Amino acid sequence: MGESAVFRIASLRKSFGPIQVLRGVDLELHAGEVTVLMGANGAGKSTLVKIVSGVYRLDGGSMTLAGQSFEPVTPAEAMRSGVVTVHQNINDGVVSALDVATNLTLDRLNGAGAKFFFSRRQVRREARAVAERMGLDIDLRADIVDLSLADRQMVSIARAMAHEPKVMILDEPTSSLSASEASRLFELIDRLRARGVAILYISHRMSDIRRVADRIVSLRDGAIAGLFEEKPLDYEGAVEAMLGRRIGRTSVAVKEGSRPVFAAEDLQIAPGARPFGLSLAAGEVVAVTGLVGVGKTALAETLFGIRQPLSGRMRLGGAEYRPKTPAEAIRSGVFLVAKDRADSGIVPEFNIYENMSLPFLKRLSHLGIMRRRAERRLARRQIEGLKIVCRNERDDMSMLSGGNQQKVMVARWLSYPADLLILDEPFQGVDIAARHDIAAKLRASAGERATLLFLTELDEALETADRILVMSEHTIIGEHRNADIDMDRLLAEVAGRDLAGAA
Amino acid sequence: MDATAGKDKEKSVLDGGARKTGMNMRDLAIRYGFLTLLVGLIVFFSFFTRGFASPQAAVFILQSVSITGILALGVTATLVVGGFDLSIGSIATSAMMAAAYVMVVMEQNALVAVIACLAIGAIVGLINGLIICYMRVPDLLATLGMMFLLIGLQRIPTEGRSIAAGMTLPDGSTAPGQFSASFLALGRHRFDFFLPNLVPASVVVLIVLAILIWFFLEYTRFGRMMYAVGSNARAAEFAGAPVKAYKIWAYVISGIFASIGGILLAARLGRGDIASGNNLLLDAVAAALIGFAVLGAAKPNAFGTAIGALFVGVLLQGLTMMNVPYYTQDFVKGAVLMIALMFTFALSARNAR
Repeated sequence: MGESAVFRIASLRKSFGPIQVLRGVDLELHAGEVTVLMGANGAGKSTLVKIVSGVYRLDGGSMTLAGQSFEPVTPAEAMRSGVVTVHQNINDGVVSALDVATNLTLDRLNGAGAKFFFSRRQVRREARAVAERMGLDIDLRADIVDLSLADRQMVSIARAMAHEPKVMILDEPTSSLSASEASRLFELIDRLRARGVAILYISHRMSDIRRVADRIVSLRDGAIAGLFEEKPLDYEGAVEAMLGRRIGRTSVAVKEGSRPVFAAEDLQIAPGARPFGLSLAAGEVVAVTGLVGVGKTALAETLFGIRQPLSGRMRLGGAEYRPKTPAEAIRSGVFLVAKDRADSGIVPEFNIYENMSLPFLKRLSHLGIMRRRAERRLARRQIEGLKIVCRNERDDMSMLSGGNQQKVMVARWLSYPADLLILDEPFQGVDIAARHDIAAKLRASAGERATLLFLTELDEALETADRILVMSEHTIIGEHRNADIDMDRLLAEVAGRDLAGAA
Repeated sequence: MDATAGKDKEKSVLDGGARKTGMNMRDLAIRYGFLTLLVGLIVFFSFFTRGFASPQAAVFILQSVSITGILALGVTATLVVGGFDLSIGSIATSAMMAAAYVMVVMEQNALVAVIACLAIGAIVGLINGLIICYMRVPDLLATLGMMFLLIGLQRIPTEGRSIAAGMTLPDGSTAPGQFSASFLALGRHRFDFFLPNLVPASVVVLIVLAILIWFFLEYTRFGRMMYAVGSNARAAEFAGAPVKAYKIWAYVISGIFASIGGILLAARLGRGDIASGNNLLLDAVAAALIGFAVLGAAKPNAFGTAIGALFVGVLLQGLTMMNVPYYTQDFVKGAVLMIALMFTFALSARNAR
């Protein structure tokens, strides 16, 4: 299968102003194969995707689809030619005000030949055909808003499939899915592969890549740095080519915490959940892992005063701790790098230094008047400390890559010493190099505070934490020191199997 | 940026055929385009009309925009937190009617009248804020409702009549009081500034309030946080800001500024005129929105608002002196607003890639 290339990119070039983003990219996609594109943030992945999907025009080079020149001017044209893109942001792929059936057939409402009136029954019939073909098991009458993210993702892929595409581009499709949801997605991808679709799969996640890749292409600094198609695939080689340096398996030098900083007893965070205890010491980095939806964010938000525990007591530095608002938590020395930075972290109209200083305006002002010089000095120090790639501290956030935006968010909360620093999914949408920088900084600065990370990815926890706690069904069910971990037990706990026995 | 080359051409046309010389040219156009246009207008009118380039004319322009400008500065505060206040015009006229009522019917002095007006502005603003924050009524709808309510309310005490000294009250008696001289001075006194009797009190009030709100929004932590609330309320909350309090304060500021505008209006007219102040809301909102285009801010800002108000004032005064009929004024204002909005959203938004 996949002998001849369906889609071919040759010496593709693209610049934005003086910055050359793609400097001669050659890439081939074969029918019935999944080609994984790996690249650190800023390598040019998104630009490449946008050119292929018709959002940007290329500056030089050529693209051919099934032997014919392919140069789409609009996304719609790319789609009609048979190249469809499922974007990273799941909600871009579906119209949340409509139901599943209408979404599946939505693209027929536009373009030539679309009828002015549409019959609901016909829509549903067509939608059912699409759903069956894709093995989609979702109520077609459900509204998109009532679906989980994973189901929305499925709908947006199935919707893309309604075009009978030759090429499908999946841009980080699992970035907001849990492991079990992702495995459903992989089954869908297998189905697409069997139907002979050439798939370009963009991802950072090694577990995804190991699962789906037929070939791996590494992109670095706007050029292809490596092509790996011999089985078994050389994953480490691909990562190395992508980063241009070897990131070995980081073995964490496990530290013991010193004095206790935070303790919770009989904490109950959801109705019917088993109460649990939690104690954190200064100097240690603790990761809470578990599948999506097991209450990790609920716990993070409880510790930060966004929601209240149903029962139980918390103590911070020996004193009673029961924050009602984030402001109270911050005053007590508990900081949170919240999940989903675009939604709850970044102030888009602010530049880097204004974003960093946001929680500490009182400390950085005198009689209410901002001390901008102090603000900027602080920001410069943080930019240096976390190796944030930018021109200077007055750059807009929109100019930064995802990894650097996340570094700004982490830098914000490292600006002043905390007693307890909580990070909820800090590595989401962050390239591997930035992830290593952030993890190294967290470990290096962990000295006087307790650090608590919430991570769905087990790899990330193994790379960064001294201690790993496992959550399932809104309670903590397991604890591991990150040295000679019993992986079988850990995985069993993540899967929630241990729960009955431990109670 | 070849992807946007086509759009660059559009901009060149807007610039009056400026040659496309890359990012810098566009950045300059975005940053200084509107100010250049303002200076150009002033130069143009100075050459083509008699007496435009005089201190008297300058002061006249400032006076003509002082009340709108004050209202616009207030509404800027609500725009900053991501809200909108449609009730400012009716707050101003309610304050005007209240001032007249307090002095003419209740026979109180200027100080009481001023305090009553400010209290009305603050209370209405507070109610707006509470309804928007705690009852989750969308800002436009809540303040639209408040606008109707106030337009109706201000007519009830006098059964729909305007208030002037010596008017007949609903019970048939004659109103005993009158506008106090010190109150009228707010509208009519002129300060010496190089020339004797040059600068009216209302202009001084405008300038003081403009500087105050500009400093507050740009240089204090409260202003910074208000911008954060308007840009991403959730992020602001997670950074420890009492988001609702900031929003409510913005409406209180807006209400107080509108009531100050109302006080000046009453002092200028010397009566509580039921029919005046119709244009206040639209003019003020226009000034604040034109302000988005100033210095390429693409967001509400006090300096831009002041320039926006001034721009409209200069244009109208100049056109009037060139004998352009008064009934074209609203058309001109609308056209300026539309151009400014296109300028802001088509050019600056593209800049923030």
